[in-house]
Formats: sequence, C-alpha cells, structure tokens
Amino acid sequence: MRTLETVLAEHPFFAGLEQRYLQIIVGCASNVVFEKGQIIFREGEEANRFYLIRQGRVALEVHAAGIGTLTIQTLDAGDILGWSWLVPPYRWHFDARAVELTRAIALDGECLRRKCEEDHDLGYELLKRFAEIITQRLQATRLQLLDVYGAEGHISRRGGT
Amino acid sequence: MVPRPFRLRQVRRETHDTFTLELEPADGSDSFCFRAGQFNMLYVFGVGEVPISISGNPTNPHVLMHTTREVGTVTKAMGKLRSGDVVGVRGPFGTPWPVEHAEGADVVIVAGGIGLAPLRPALYHLLAHRDRYGKIVLLYGTRTPGDILYRRELQRWRAQFDLEVHITVDRALSGWRGNVGVVTSLIARAPFDARNTVALVCGPEIMMRFTVLELQRRGVSPSHIYVSLERNMKCGVGMCGHCQLGPFFVCKDGPVFSYNKVQHLLEKREI
Repeated sequence: MRTLETVLAEHPFFAGLEQRYLQIIVGCASNVVFEKGQIIFREGEEANRFYLIRQGRVALEVHAAGIGTLTIQTLDAGDILGWSWLVPPYRWHFDARAVELTRAIALDGECLRRKCEEDHDLGYELLKRFAEIITQRLQATRLQLLDVYGAEGHISRRGGT
Repeated sequence: MVPRPFRLRQVRRETHDTFTLELEPADGSDSFCFRAGQFNMLYVFGVGEVPISISGNPTNPHVLMHTTREVGTVTKAMGKLRSGDVVGVRGPFGTPWPVEHAEGADVVIVAGGIGLAPLRPALYHLLAHRDRYGKIVLLYGTRTPGDILYRRELQRWRAQFDLEVHITVDRALSGWRGNVGVVTSLIARAPFDARNTVALVCGPEIMMRFTVLELQRRGVSPSHIYVSLERNMKCGVGMCGHCQLGPFFVCKDGPVFSYNKVQHLLEKREI
C-alpha cells in the first residue's frame, strides 16, 4: 500500500523536495474525496487548506449578478487548488466545485504555516513552489484578459475583411 | 491571376459569427488540388477579394472548403451568399504545413480560435496516413463553448483511440464540464514525446508566442515548431508587398514558417 508520504513525493508540486521536509509536511496531510458537484469551498469562507489534486477535475467559479455562475478556471490531476491559506486574511476568493469525482490530498494550512514559521528553510521551499504556480496563473489570467480570440484579435486571412 | 468561378454548394453555419463555404468548380472541371495550410483569394463579385485559408480535406479534391468569420465587408457579404451563387477563386497560394517532415514523429497541433480552420486539412492528412505518425494530439483553445468550431467532427475525432483531442475555453457558464483556461495550460500535460515532436501552431499571434514558449519549456526544439502567420495579403503571389514581413512575403514565403525562421521578426515591434 502506498503511504501518504509516497503519494506526496510523487506529486509534481513536491518533486525534488528533501525527504525531511516531506516527513514534516505529511503530518499536515490527509486524503479527501469529493463527489461530482460537491462544493469544496466557497468564496469568503476561511481558507485553512490547500489541495493536491490526484484525480478528477475542479472548477473555480464566481457568481456574477445578472449573468450567473461563471467558471474561470478548471484544475486537473497534478494541479494545486488554493493559495489563500498562505496570505492574510486567509479567505477564499472564489468557489471551488468538483466537476467530477475528485480525489485529492488536503494540506492543513494552519499546520503548515506553523511549521514554516518554525523552519524558514521549509517555508522558503514552499514559497518558491507557490510563487511559480502563482506566476503561471497570473500569466494565464493576463492572456485570458486579452481576449485574443475576439474579433479584434484577427486580421485578414482567417478572420476575413 | 484571373479568378476561376466556383459555385456555392452550401453555406454551413459553424458558430454565431463563423461559417464554412462548400464550393465546386463552376467551369466543368472536377477537382481542386491543394496542400494542407495553403489559402485562396476569394472574390465576392462587386464587393471585394480576401485571402482565406482552405479548411477542407486535401485528400478529397472535389469539394473546396473555406471557414471564415464575419468581421468585415467582404466576409459579411460572403455570409449572405446562398447555394448556387458564384464566387471567384485564385489559388492555392502559400506554403503548406510540413506534414511529410513530421513522419515518424509525434505531432502536436495547437489551435486558437478560428486558427483551427487552417489546421483542419493537416488533421485530415495525418489521419489519412495515420500509420506514418506517432501520437497525434490536438490542443484547441477558444473563447467560450459557443465558439467551438467543427463540434461534431471534434466529437468524432475524440472518440478515436488514435487521436487525442483536448479543448479549453477562456470562460464558461457553470454547465460546461470541460477545461477552462488558456490553451497553453494544456501543453504541460499533453501526451507527446517532446524530443521527437513536430508542432503545428495557428491562432492569434500573441497566443502563438506564448504557445511556442510553453512548447520549448516542454522540450520541443524550435526547429520543429511551425507557425502560420497572418498579414494583410492582397495579390497572393509576392508582388504587391502588402504582406511583407522583413525579408519575407507572407503570401508566398508563408503563411507557414518554421518558428526558427521568423522568431527574430516576431520580436520586432517596428514590423
């Protein structure tokens, strides 16, 4: 049977992380399962966890008056769900919903923050990894904001004149 | 340089602002040969002429297909054409996708928006010669689920075991169960061997720039990445200079270029 430590070590987010840090982190980890359609967290709730998705798909959603619920991003196996646990005031900014049966490892944010305060090297390792993810998502968001597939994004050959 | 008359068999509505013209020669000849990635100059008589990529099947030369979006005077007039109407066709022009060069390798096709139209002939070719290629992966990004082109065909291809199709949209209402996010986010986990992959990329230029970065990060060699460029083409044969890009005329030396060849030009803001 695979232990949580093994599963953590195999997840891309923790690739290359020293064994001693994995042993610390595993103390804050637990397996979780979300049924299709289940709300994982809601905007404004306390952000006290993050998730390593192992299987399934999660939609990040926002409710807009007059439009309805919009999906702004989906996350799949190998992705990280949530970083609001890392930054005060530790509140979720969006809703997260399992689009299909989703298995993940939940990491207790409060527990991790405490361990990072005790061991700044561990904190730095984690922050480096989160900074990379936050950067990727910021760049992706900028591309989405550019609305490159809109009519203005095309000129003659494929868009017509 | 003289347009050949082609009769419209059918106008197929793809999305709210895109449509496909199905044309056949009106002069009695029975075929129109082209290579995947090439384009034609289409002339709506009395309105004007525009360059439009061929979106049909190169292994079926009896029907000529063009998919375009209604954005200007000519394409709006095109959208109003009916079966039996006649348009002028000059072409085929330009360089094709390097489908022969890709033989023996995995092929990853990255399309953005209506950029899927010029790539569809390449997909037809790859599937018609399936045993010559490794994995074939289509990564397609578009604005919303309502903007997805060739929906039925994509569903059919998706059901095939020898082709991977991944679609993502920039935004969706909560009923959509597929991916939401930019097309570049699909590249990291797409199933292809980066050391032996040829990538064909077509979409808005900014999307292609970020796609190339992501492909390179994944390990695909820039010499194995091909992009299809758009510039304002008029003559189609490299005479008028409208589509000049540095030392190239996109209509004649392109539209398909090896990324290596044009990388330095795409980074220049002055051209």
